Amino acid sequence: MGATQGLKRTPLYGVQRAWGARFGEFAGWELPISYAGVIEEHLAVRTAVGVFDVSHMGEIVVTGDLALEVIQEVTCNDASRLADGQVQYTALMNPSGGVVDDATLYRLGKDRYMFTVNAANTQKDLEWLRLHNDGRAQIEDRSAHFCLLAIQGPLAETVLGRVVPVDLTAIRRYWFTATAFDGAEAIISRTGYTGEDGFEAYLPAAAATALWERLLEEGKPFGIRPTGLGARDTLRLEACYALYGHELNDGVTPLEANLGWIVKFQKPVFLGKEALERQRADGLKRKLVGFEMLEPGIPRAHYPVWAGGREAGQVTSGTFSPTLKKAIGLAYVPVEATAPGVEIEIGIRARRAKARIVPTPFYKRAG
Amino acid sequence: MHYPPELKYTTEHEWARVQGNRVTVGITDYAQDALGDVVYVELPQPGARVIQGQPFGVVESVKSVSDLFAPVSGTVTEVNTPLPNNPDLINREPYGQGWMIVVEMEDPSQLGHLFTAQQYERHVQEFQG
Repeated sequence: MGATQGLKRTPLYGVQRAWGARFGEFAGWELPISYAGVIEEHLAVRTAVGVFDVSHMGEIVVTGDLALEVIQEVTCNDASRLADGQVQYTALMNPSGGVVDDATLYRLGKDRYMFTVNAANTQKDLEWLRLHNDGRAQIEDRSAHFCLLAIQGPLAETVLGRVVPVDLTAIRRYWFTATAFDGAEAIISRTGYTGEDGFEAYLPAAAATALWERLLEEGKPFGIRPTGLGARDTLRLEACYALYGHELNDGVTPLEANLGWIVKFQKPVFLGKEALERQRADGLKRKLVGFEMLEPGIPRAHYPVWAGGREAGQVTSGTFSPTLKKAIGLAYVPVEATAPGVEIEIGIRARRAKARIVPTPFYKRAG
Repeated sequence: MHYPPELKYTTEHEWARVQGNRVTVGITDYAQDALGDVVYVELPQPGARVIQGQPFGVVESVKSVSDLFAPVSGTVTEVNTPLPNNPDLINREPYGQGWMIVVEMEDPSQLGHLFTAQQYERHVQEFQG
C-alpha cells in the first residue's frame, strides 16, 4: 500500500478496519471513505442515524483575558454574542477579505474558547492566530488530545441519548454541554455537517473508541451505520455546506460564498473588514450558486462552467445526489448568471452539458 | 471476488469474452467493488473504433471518475444501451447485464497481451499490496 505511507491515522483506525472501512487519503490522513457503500450510508443518515469519525479535524483552544479580543480581530463573525455553552460558525480572515479557514467556535468559558478547524488548515490556522495574537492570549493546539465523532440523522438524539448520561433534548442547535464519558471529559454539541439533526462529541481516544462501539451496539435496532467521508461529502453538498479547498480558499470572500450572514460589519475591526466593505459597496462580480444537470453527466470540481456562451467559472464541488437521484454541483459564476432558472453549461471532458441554476440548499430537512 | 476462467482480463480491470472475432467487454468484479456505487457510464456509439489500451468510455461512482480501456482494437458493433439508465447493473452483474460493448476484433494476436483469470487474480493481489 505504497500510496498510504506517511499518512496519519486517527486512534479509531483499527476499530474502523474491523467495521469494514475502506480507506483513502484526505488532507494527509488515511481515513475511512466508506463502509457498506456511499449511497447506503448517505441514506442511513437521511432516514436513521450514522456515526462518523472526524478526529482528523483540528481543535485550537484560546484562553486568557484577551482571548475574545484576539478572536474578534481574526474572525468575521461576532464572538462577543456567544454565551458559555454556545457554538458559532465563523471564518478566520485575511486582510484581503479572503478566508484563511472556516471553523466552529465554542465558548468554553468567559476567557476560554475552542476553534474546530479543517485538518488541512490546522497548522496554517495556528500560525495565523499566533501571528495576530502577539502574545496577548494563550493559543494551544489540542488536536492530538481530541477525537471527534459526529452522530448524525433524525435518530441521532435517540441513539446517543441511550449511551451518554446527558439530557440531549436540553441541548439546542449550536449549543453544547460538557460531560463525562467512560471516565473522560467530553464535549457534546448539537452541530454537524450533514443537513440533519445531530451531535458532535469531542473526547480522548480511549473514550471515543468506547463511544463508537456503544453507539453501534445501541443503535443497531435503529439502523445505525458507520459512515465514511464519501457520504459526509455528498451529505454536506446536498445541504450546501462549504468545504474548504473547494468553495472556500484564501482568495474567496465570505460574501461571494453566500456566507454574508457570518460577516458582522458592525464589529469595529476585523481582518479583511475594509476589503469586504469595498466589495459590498462595489457589488459582487461572482457568486457561488447551486445547479443541477439537465443533460447526462456528473459535474466534478474544476470542470469549466460556461455562461452566456463564454467560459465563466469553475465547478467547486459536484456529485450524484443520493437523495435527489440527480447530478448536482456548486460553482462560482458571474452575478448576471446567478438567478435560479438560468441555464449554464458544464464542460465535461470533450463536450458541454446543459445545467440549470437552482435555489439552494438542494436538500433541507423537514421541520 | 469472482473471475470467470473463460474470460481474458486487462491490467486496468476490464474483462473480455472472446467468441470468434466478437469480443464482449465489461469491468471486473474487483473493479466494481473498488469503485463502489456506479452512478454514471458513458459508452461509445456503434461504429466507433476503439484501440487496445486506449480509453473507450467512462464509468463514475459517487466519488470517482474512471476511464474504461479497450482490451482489443476494433469496431464497436453493439452497445449495452439500457446500461446508462441502469448503471447499478455494473455493480450487481459485472459479467452479465453489466456488459458494456461488443467489439469486432481486428487482430486476434492482441489477445496475447491480456491476462488469464489466474494471472489477473495475481495482478489484483499485487495491486492490493
